[in-house]
Formats: sequence, structure tokens, C-alpha cells
Amino acid sequence: MAETDHHHDHGEGSELPDIALRVKSLESLLIEKGYVDPEALDLLIETYEHKVGPRNGAAVVARAWTDPGFKKHLMEDAGAAIASLGFVGRQGEHMVALENTPETHNMVVCTLCSCYPWPVLGLPPVWYKSAPYRSRAVGDPRGVLEEFGTQIPEGSAVRVWDSTAEIRYLVIPMRPEGTDGWSAEQLAELVTRNSMIGTGVALTPEQLEASQQA
Amino acid sequence: MTLHEGQKDALVAVPSIPRDDEGPVFREPWEAQAFALTVQLHERGAFTWSQWAEALGGEIANAGPNDPAENYYVHWMAALEKLTAEHDIVPREEFLARKDAWDRAARATPHGEPIELGRETNSHD
Repeated sequence: MAETDHHHDHGEGSELPDIALRVKSLESLLIEKGYVDPEALDLLIETYEHKVGPRNGAAVVARAWTDPGFKKHLMEDAGAAIASLGFVGRQGEHMVALENTPETHNMVVCTLCSCYPWPVLGLPPVWYKSAPYRSRAVGDPRGVLEEFGTQIPEGSAVRVWDSTAEIRYLVIPMRPEGTDGWSAEQLAELVTRNSMIGTGVALTPEQLEASQQA
Repeated sequence: MTLHEGQKDALVAVPSIPRDDEGPVFREPWEAQAFALTVQLHERGAFTWSQWAEALGGEIANAGPNDPAENYYVHWMAALEKLTAEHDIVPREEFLARKDAWDRAARATPHGEPIELGRETNSHD
């Protein structure tokens, strides 16, 4: 049976950064007054999701796949290991790397838009911030994974991690088969944003080839 | 993706905006939100781009030449707050009261639950 660990070590409320409060305040007032349309706003923001880009995170994962010393550093102190590649957050949040194995698949949730590792994953997708995603991910992680087209073998446990304002998680997906001898740059192409949230797995070489031809 | 007119105007009016070949780039989500709010307000005629460029330029000029580039959207937000107050879209007092409300709501919300304002002020679900 699948095991679901939902980590709830945070009873305290959240302190949002001042600038985030200012944006949220202006945004909510402008929506109420009818000056902006929340759907159009989401669409505009979604357009730029890839612009901050999960490319930094993909570089971190690919390095971990190819450099055992870096991998060890990453698992022990993810923040320092990620900073050593030049990806530094502004809020000094604590990063934790979660390694997927044949036994355990990790998946990250949070509804607070402040709880996402921007420096490595870029802007969060709109669905990530939705309340249904979080509540369903906690109650029925396999169902959510299936909707994302992700099959986790019955024998593997699915662990759901709730990120906090203080701790952000980066999932290290399993390295796909058939990639022996690939460079870190080549491997990074296989690392999707969803594979680093845990709603997906890394692309296979065949899937990458198909996506490049599309 | 093709930039629509408002975004193109934004880039022309404020040439120092952090960008690459395809358009603006952001360091954090609130920056993209501030950008998107501004583009929409302009599209709805709340202000012209020359008014916007002047407001943003003023904030950046006040910060001085040694101001780090990552403060760009901090100035952007300050300019947006001023302009919306000047045009009587969101008066300053109303903005500050709302900010205080969100701050209290965030502090009172257990982590992992969505932060929401109390029913009496939350009219946009």
C-alpha cells in the first residue's frame, strides 16, 4: 500500500514579505474595483512562467546525477549546494532536496504562493496555487499523479511534502535509463518542472526526442 | 508567444526593463504580478504609457545611480502605487488598510491553508 506522509510541523501563521503584501493588496483592490480581470491576469502571468524558468533547477538535478560529490552536498545542505551553482534566493529560505528512489516518490504541495522555490523553479504554475490541487494531493496523491499522466509503481510509496515559508523542497527525480555517458547539459533537457515538483518524472530520451520534433 | 500591444508599449516606453529577446524576465512572481497589473491597467485606459514611464523613471532616478538592478520592480511597484493613488483608482489610505488586512490575515492563517481576507472584505471569489 502507498504510504502518505503529510508533514505538519507548522502551526504558526505566515509572515509575507512586505513587497508581496503590497502587490497582493493592490491586486485584490484592483480586481474588486473591476480595473483588472483575474483570469486575464493569470493568463498574462502564465505566459511568463517559463521566463524565470525551471532551467536552474534542471541544472541542479543534472549536476546531482553526474557528480556524486555535488549530490552528497545537495542532500546534506541543499541551500549551500544550490548557491554554489550561483542560484540564490532573496528571502534566505531553507532548501531541502528530496531524492526519488524506486521505493519512494516525493511530491510537493503548498497553497501559499510564497512557498515555492523560485530561484530554482521559476514562477509556479497556476494549478500549483489552487486549493483543489493541494487538498487532493494530500488525500489522493496517486489520483493527482494519474491526472498528470504519471504512473508510480504499486510497490513504491508516495510521500507528500507540504512546503512552508521557511522550508522549500526540490524533488530530485530518478535519472532515466538509457542516458549513460550523457553530459550534464544533455541530461538537464530531460528534467521538467513537474518532475522537480513531483507531479511528473524526468523525460526518457525517447520522449525528449519526440518533444523536440513536435 | 507574441507580445500584445500593451506589452510592446511597455517595453518601448521603459527600455531599461529587464528582458531577453522574447520579452520581460522576472526574478520572482510578485514582479510578474506587478508587471501584469500595470499592463492591464494601461489597456483599460487607467493611465497612458508616458504617464507610466514618467512615474517609473521618477522612482528610479530618486534611487540614484548606485541602486542595484534587482530593485527594478521595487521601484516599479512604488510607481504603480503612486500612480493609482494620484488617479484616484486606489486611494493611499484604502491601499494601506488593505495591506494591513492582508498582513493580519497571513499571520492568522495556519500554514498550508490559503490566506483569505475575512468574509466582510472578501468580495471577489
